[in-house]
Amino acid sequence: MSALATFFAQASSVPGDQIVEVQGPSVDWRGLLPLIVLMVGALLMLTLSSVLRSRTPRSFYAIATVVVASVAAIATIPLWARVQGWEKVLWWDNGAEVMGPFSTVGGMVGIDGFGLFVTVVVCMAVILTALLADDYLRREGLDEGPALYVLMLLSASGGVMMATANDLLVVFLGLETLSIAVYVLAAMHLRRAQSQESGLKYFVLGSFSSAFFLYGVALVYGATGSTNLIAIKDFMAQVVPAENGLLLLGLALMLVGLAFKVSAVPFHAWSPDVYDGAPSPVVAFMASGVKAAAFAGLVRVFVLTFENYGTTWKPIVYALAILSMVLGAALAIVQSNVKRMMAYSSISHAGFILMAVEAGSADGTAAVLFYLATYTFMVAGSFGVITVVGRRGDGRHELADYRGLARTNPLLAAAFTLLLFAQAGVPFTAGFFAKFYAVTAAVDASSIPLALVAMVSAVIAAFLYLRIVVAMFMSGADDGDDGTVPTRAQRLPIPAGAGLAIGLCVVVTVLYGILPDALVQPAREGQPALVQVDDTDQGVVAPTGP
Amino acid sequence: MSEYSDFVRQYLTVAIFAGVGVGLAAGLLGLGRILRPTRPQEQKYLTYESGVDAVGTAWSQSQIRYYVFALMFVIFDVEAVFIFPWATRLEVYGWFGLVAMGSVIVLLALGLLHAWRKGVIRWA
Repeated sequence: MSALATFFAQASSVPGDQIVEVQGPSVDWRGLLPLIVLMVGALLMLTLSSVLRSRTPRSFYAIATVVVASVAAIATIPLWARVQGWEKVLWWDNGAEVMGPFSTVGGMVGIDGFGLFVTVVVCMAVILTALLADDYLRREGLDEGPALYVLMLLSASGGVMMATANDLLVVFLGLETLSIAVYVLAAMHLRRAQSQESGLKYFVLGSFSSAFFLYGVALVYGATGSTNLIAIKDFMAQVVPAENGLLLLGLALMLVGLAFKVSAVPFHAWSPDVYDGAPSPVVAFMASGVKAAAFAGLVRVFVLTFENYGTTWKPIVYALAILSMVLGAALAIVQSNVKRMMAYSSISHAGFILMAVEAGSADGTAAVLFYLATYTFMVAGSFGVITVVGRRGDGRHELADYRGLARTNPLLAAAFTLLLFAQAGVPFTAGFFAKFYAVTAAVDASSIPLALVAMVSAVIAAFLYLRIVVAMFMSGADDGDDGTVPTRAQRLPIPAGAGLAIGLCVVVTVLYGILPDALVQPAREGQPALVQVDDTDQGVVAPTGP
Repeated sequence: MSEYSDFVRQYLTVAIFAGVGVGLAAGLLGLGRILRPTRPQEQKYLTYESGVDAVGTAWSQSQIRYYVFALMFVIFDVEAVFIFPWATRLEVYGWFGLVAMGSVIVLLALGLLHAWRKGVIRWA
């Protein structure tokens, strides 16, 4: 009985000697370091802006966001060292007692290579978006306060929670934290009605999908007796799968909720509208960071926990992958708005990643991680170019607005060309290896038809990207409409932050296209793991079984 | 299996109650409808305003600024809902509970501070 408890006991009606203290869960705070950095950074930024009402230096919040996200990404390095079992990290000795993945917060959060990799990917997405958003807010005349950055950091922290979850409720918590901040972010542009509309649509549909997910969690809890992923996996080892209807229904509902978040067909309907209406830097974050976190949740719940149950969920993911790849590519071709084209292409990429998820193997998970990392840079760079070309008002996103871009802004057009080729899977770009590893994983898991559909849809999608590239390098009327030939004077100004972000994306895309092993090695080492918490008399609920 | 049928039988009470309620209301209103004469006159369909002639339209505009206070109320009400159970068993949760609830209160207070400084709580 601590002194504090005796102090509080004076106010209670229970006699002092009968007070039984509640034990908190065992928390290894070092494992939560990236999460804490992101959250504390966001809160400090919020408090600072409330206290310092005076004018802050130019781009203050954007730079602060980049710093916070960088610190969070760097904070994963000692954790990675501990998980991978390195003896020394640079110059300091790794003083961890037990190497390897570990659980914290009473077994509800699991720090393993997979979660740390996705944490870094999400932090990269935050950095790129902050660089883009800085001048965007200024150009649009929106409030340059910390609102957008704080929401983005909090959303990223939700993503990190999803990636390192060991419990279905923590996955849900991360999903909600991730989503609710992004709903507000989508509606951040107060002067565009499309932004408000997209925010509302995203909110309504997203809330439904979160509710589906939670219902699925409830059913799985009813069937297995626990929400802890370890306990569920142990339960799976004892029970014959196909007889438990409650469990099957729970799995299906959870898949619906998560498939919505990754915009897999047929749960994709929100994606084009939201990507079209939301502010372009925010869409960069949605397409990169939110998708990465959602896929992390998907892998943790299905590939990791239900891996012995594969015959039930794999066919569904198979179907989702085929539909997403084909419909994403096919519907993208008939669009005239570049943002909607990118939204549909994002759906098609989600299909590719689902193909790697369906493989369910270590290679499949490594392919997922590689694809997420490279796709983050490809799509953030693409939306960076879209932000610049959108001009004031963020409204110039038709294909005709890209006509002649190669003449006015050759570097920008070249960067966009490279990023689009990367998304198409052209060799010497990271996108090629991303698709290659995903298809290899599917083939190794004997899903040959899936791989065939993937290759065909890649060809269909290539037409989409080439269409944009051709529009950029064309000038004047080509397929019927009389576009004006832009002169040198109409050169688009490229702000420093956006230029830096797009340049970084191009460099990373080419770098990992030439030297993929630099990224493949960490992706292979980043395997998800379920680790029991050390002291089982605290926190972990024993499964009660059927 | 008998507990299952007992359980369902308890819902029979609910069903009968609901049926009687609906039936009673429908019956009384229906009886009135059947028995009363129908002689529609224009004056009978005017809006009632304590016997005098109605002034103005029925629609009034509510101030949109109420929504801010409603939003803030909901957030802090939920916070209060979380604090009450902790407060009744303060000594059982000891330091862990104090730090946990303290961080919740601090987080929401930071949000309040931000809202205050941004002028959200101003009425006009």
